[in-house]
Amino acid sequence: MTDKVLLSVEDVQVDLPTPRGNLRAVDRVNLTVGAGQTLGVVGESGCGKTMLSRAILQLLPKKAKLSGRVMFDGQDLLALSPEKLRKLRGRSLAIVFQDPMTSLNPVLTIGTQLIETLQEHLELDDAAATRRSVELLAAVGIPAPEQRLAQYPHQLSGGMRQRVAIAIALSCEPKLLIADEPTTALDVTIQAQILDLLAREQRRRHMAMIIITHDLGVVAGRTDEVAVMYAGRVVERAPTPALFKKMRMPYTEALLAALPRLDAAPHTPLPAISGRPPDPTRPLPGCSFSPRCRYAVARCQTEKPALTEAESREHLYACFHPIEVHAGASA
Amino acid sequence: MATLELDVAEEAITQPARKGRKLGVLFWAAIGWLVFVFAVAIFANILPLSSPTDMDMLERRAPFSTEHWLGTDGLGRDELSRLIHGARISLVVGLCAPVIGLVFGGALGMLAGYFRGRFESLVVGSMDVLLAFPPLILALAVTAYLGQSIFNLTLILGLLSVPAFMRVARASTLTLARREFVIAAQALGATHARILLRELLPNVMLPLLAFFLLGVAVIIVVEGSLSFLGLGVPPPISSWGSMIGEGRESLEVAPRLAFLPAAAMFLTVLAFNLVGDTLRALTDPRQGAL
Repeated sequence: MTDKVLLSVEDVQVDLPTPRGNLRAVDRVNLTVGAGQTLGVVGESGCGKTMLSRAILQLLPKKAKLSGRVMFDGQDLLALSPEKLRKLRGRSLAIVFQDPMTSLNPVLTIGTQLIETLQEHLELDDAAATRRSVELLAAVGIPAPEQRLAQYPHQLSGGMRQRVAIAIALSCEPKLLIADEPTTALDVTIQAQILDLLAREQRRRHMAMIIITHDLGVVAGRTDEVAVMYAGRVVERAPTPALFKKMRMPYTEALLAALPRLDAAPHTPLPAISGRPPDPTRPLPGCSFSPRCRYAVARCQTEKPALTEAESREHLYACFHPIEVHAGASA
Repeated sequence: MATLELDVAEEAITQPARKGRKLGVLFWAAIGWLVFVFAVAIFANILPLSSPTDMDMLERRAPFSTEHWLGTDGLGRDELSRLIHGARISLVVGLCAPVIGLVFGGALGMLAGYFRGRFESLVVGSMDVLLAFPPLILALAVTAYLGQSIFNLTLILGLLSVPAFMRVARASTLTLARREFVIAAQALGATHARILLRELLPNVMLPLLAFFLLGVAVIIVVEGSLSFLGLGVPPPISSWGSMIGEGRESLEVAPRLAFLPAAAMFLTVLAFNLVGDTLRALTDPRQGAL
């Protein structure tokens, strides 16, 4: 954490007008990512993870209202002109999407898509761009990259396509890569390969990375810090080892408990989190997890807990009854 | 998929087997007919044909002969020559008018579908107005003011085909613009122009081209109808529609004068539709993907 801060998200709030009322997709989120660091953002579907990533890239739907500050490399992205922002995207900020079936253009060849991105940001002639594309494809583990350049996305398997998407995202040596559920659409056997590939390229290029996922297992060994999101808010944030050693937020615990375990007996039912996330158009007065929380008391339903520090400055959580207390009681 | 991925190094690079699908006799017959019609239309001036406008009052409605292969029409003009020169008009109008529709309708539709908002309402609204306007009245009005010429005819038919192309382009742009690869392109710093031209256009082009061939077929028929009504090309220039119109007067005596151009039009329109359908099915790279 001593590295200089590359990205800092300050009080970012995203409101989406819907026919049913205002939807607060992201609620005053604060995050920082240092250069070369990896941040994991974890949460279940619809908790604002993707909206947060779109807010960082300024790619929100037109009607969305964004407030707060996104500082990237010393610049406030919200204050940048569209032209400067465009030059920054792809060049310094890149994203890998969830589904490689839809994030590649179906009617352009892999080569066209790679070369055009390269030429958009770097002054390369055709031969140099082609050479670099081949290098990139080889770097992401695609065999016979020269032949692949002439192929269309539908001629590649899902894992290959995600590798191509990663190659495109890496093409201009970004300083920050956002991976928005990069393995959700892929086969389990491919997931580890893709995550290892991302980690390897990250180390090699010394870039910062944000991994967005709903799977705590994905972030466990691969991130420096984890932020757990629920209903648009960050409810717990800690360095990864600290989080897994001593989680405070009941939601984090429930997420971890919902992971299948290899050492569990066959047919052990998974402890799912009962109920559903609250309706984001009708915010609750109290803690938004309280209806589903097994530790909830009356206070949780009337008062919203603030994000407070635990024993260390880096471990933050938003809960009146952090798990430690219960653990102590039950022990 | 999974097992292939595990030993990526050994994964054979199989060049996709070129789609060896059988195109069928019908497709090649259609292509053959179109090539033939185009060839005679292009080389009409070089071919040893008698003039399509020279009248021979002594040889009116002459039957098939070695001198006039397909006989002569009611004014003693060579029927074969008139058919071939008529093909020129039908093809020029039938190809140019949909091009106008394709370019303007396609551009408007893509811009409307991509930028949405007030511009889209304006475009869709004005196209609805154009669609609601009776096409025959418009054709009448324009020919009355600007005069009968091939150019004016093409312009009217092109204008009338703009709304249909706009709708096709807008509909496919609307669905495509929400796909992730467009957001991905934005995230990679692409300009609006680049997204429209490089990401969306190649996708929108496929349905537009399939619609274009259909448009050619429709416009040939519409041009025929207008010429039949006397609103098309000015006489004595022949077009298939005007030939059918002239042949109507002598249906009892020489029905071939109406049926020959009708058959030429029928075969050409059918061929365009057949080729359009086959090409669309063949060149759609998305069918393997989704």
